[in-house]
Amino acid sequence: MTAGLTAGLMSIDLMTTGLSTSGLLTNRYWFKVLFEYCADPDSLSSLSWLSCYLTTVKHQSLYWSILTVLILLAVTAPMAVGLGLAGALARRSPFGAVRGLGWGYTSMVRGIPDLIFFLFVPLAIDQMLEYIRHRVLCPQETGPVWVGHDFVVCDAAKLPLGPSPEWVHDIYGFMLAVLAFSIVFGAFCANVIHGAMNAVPRAQLETARAYGLSPRQVMFRIHLPQTWIYALPGLSNVWMILIKATPLLFLMGVEDIVYWAKELGGSKSARFSDFPHGDWRIYYFSGLLVFYLLFTWFSQIGLKRLTDRVSRGQATLAGGKGGLGR
Amino acid sequence: MKTFVTAALVSVLAAGAAFAGSHSVRLGTEGAYPPFNFVNDSGEVDGFEREVGDRLCELAGLECTWVTNDWDSIIPNLVSGNYDVIIAGMSITDERDEVIDFTQDYFPPDPSSYMAMADAGGPGETVTAQTNTIQAAYLAAQDGVTLVEFATPDETVAAVKSGEADSVLADKAYLAPFVDESNGELAFVGDDVMIGGGVGLGIRESDTELKEKLDAAIAEMKADGSLNALIAKWFDGRSGY
Repeated sequence: MTAGLTAGLMSIDLMTTGLSTSGLLTNRYWFKVLFEYCADPDSLSSLSWLSCYLTTVKHQSLYWSILTVLILLAVTAPMAVGLGLAGALARRSPFGAVRGLGWGYTSMVRGIPDLIFFLFVPLAIDQMLEYIRHRVLCPQETGPVWVGHDFVVCDAAKLPLGPSPEWVHDIYGFMLAVLAFSIVFGAFCANVIHGAMNAVPRAQLETARAYGLSPRQVMFRIHLPQTWIYALPGLSNVWMILIKATPLLFLMGVEDIVYWAKELGGSKSARFSDFPHGDWRIYYFSGLLVFYLLFTWFSQIGLKRLTDRVSRGQATLAGGKGGLGR
Repeated sequence: MKTFVTAALVSVLAAGAAFAGSHSVRLGTEGAYPPFNFVNDSGEVDGFEREVGDRLCELAGLECTWVTNDWDSIIPNLVSGNYDVIIAGMSITDERDEVIDFTQDYFPPDPSSYMAMADAGGPGETVTAQTNTIQAAYLAAQDGVTLVEFATPDETVAAVKSGEADSVLADKAYLAPFVDESNGELAFVGDDVMIGGGVGLGIRESDTELKEKLDAAIAEMKADGSLNALIAKWFDGRSGY
């Protein structure tokens, strides 16, 4: 047992070194040590062939990309809700300038096609950061940054630095993608939350004021807690749309599941792969179909529970089901 | 004059030192265009261009890393500095040359061919090609041809097999393995067309130093025959330069 575990760990170790230092072409299989029979795929029966096929390093990239999508969702969702809350609060601010900012943010992002925003935001942020670094880190270079079609900054200003390992580039690209997703979906959240804040009965807030609560206390103790009940249906819609928007990741250079499904499913000739096969995209895409359906289905269940929970005891129809109706 | 020469020498040396020391060159490829470039079972870039690229970097004394990028945005991502070289079976054309620079070709001009089902007899009216390729531009300019574009080369071949398109127009070197391995199911049809001027490395126009280094390295590989050997190895013994 221990031996098996060590072997497993060893293979994972092999795998990571194989990925980081290119050139280890011999390290071909993920669980190389676990499946020794994979050395000669042509001789295998269909089942063991499949087990080797599904554990190539290339397939491992597919499994990683599932994790990438999940991490993206886990990071983006709270960031988008946070930005949305900030946007909604900004739109109710007593200061005109802040109100304008909140209004401008939501209308601009909502009014521009997502696709354009996804192409624009990462590029703009990347170039802005590199431009600033270029001016600060390379003051000796006074030439223009845009030379014809080229965007040229000094080596020290590059983000990430040219010699950085590939995973640094990957993480940087991923972070830009998260930012773009958060900004776009934050605007949708802002609108939902703004609407939900307006739906809280005025009488509640006036009563709270009459009890002597300060505007701040009213906001955080009475207004916002009730906002979530009205915001949840809208926010769950945004969550569903966010899940379904994850294939846009590839536009930003992040290799997501749809990219890998397409890549792995494409026909492979025996000359270039040990696992030749025809056009298998239908199977891979069917797999994606199931993945996304299950994911949204479980989300729906989770969101339903959450809604029930925040509705409990509220003076709404949904709230009545729990306590008040009985 | 003397100071100028000294200054120039010093700056060149400094630049060279910086280049050798910290600057690593990122090679951008598509990873979906065998035998030129593809991602192998180990998840690494492989193929003719992998070997050529690694050898060129060795000759030019550069430290190179490989990056994959989809074909559609491969030029925009070069000019915005995500990588430094395009090595993706990209034909040298005037249109592209306006945006980026090319080194001399490392793969000679290759005819483009129509591939269809063996019983088709001709290219037909609905012809498919990869987006943003010389073949797509060529087909778009033809009368009586409906062009169907796909983002990856693999999808164009799949479209012919599924009957969505009558034929596919692509580099002969790319299509040849599909014809060879189809057991007579697929065949070249119609006449080959000569478009494009050989395959070169795409470099930013502002990156003249890198271009010169790689140009020299390609010339060296051509002179010592190692380039021809690689062409013969990856393209069924075809002759090179």
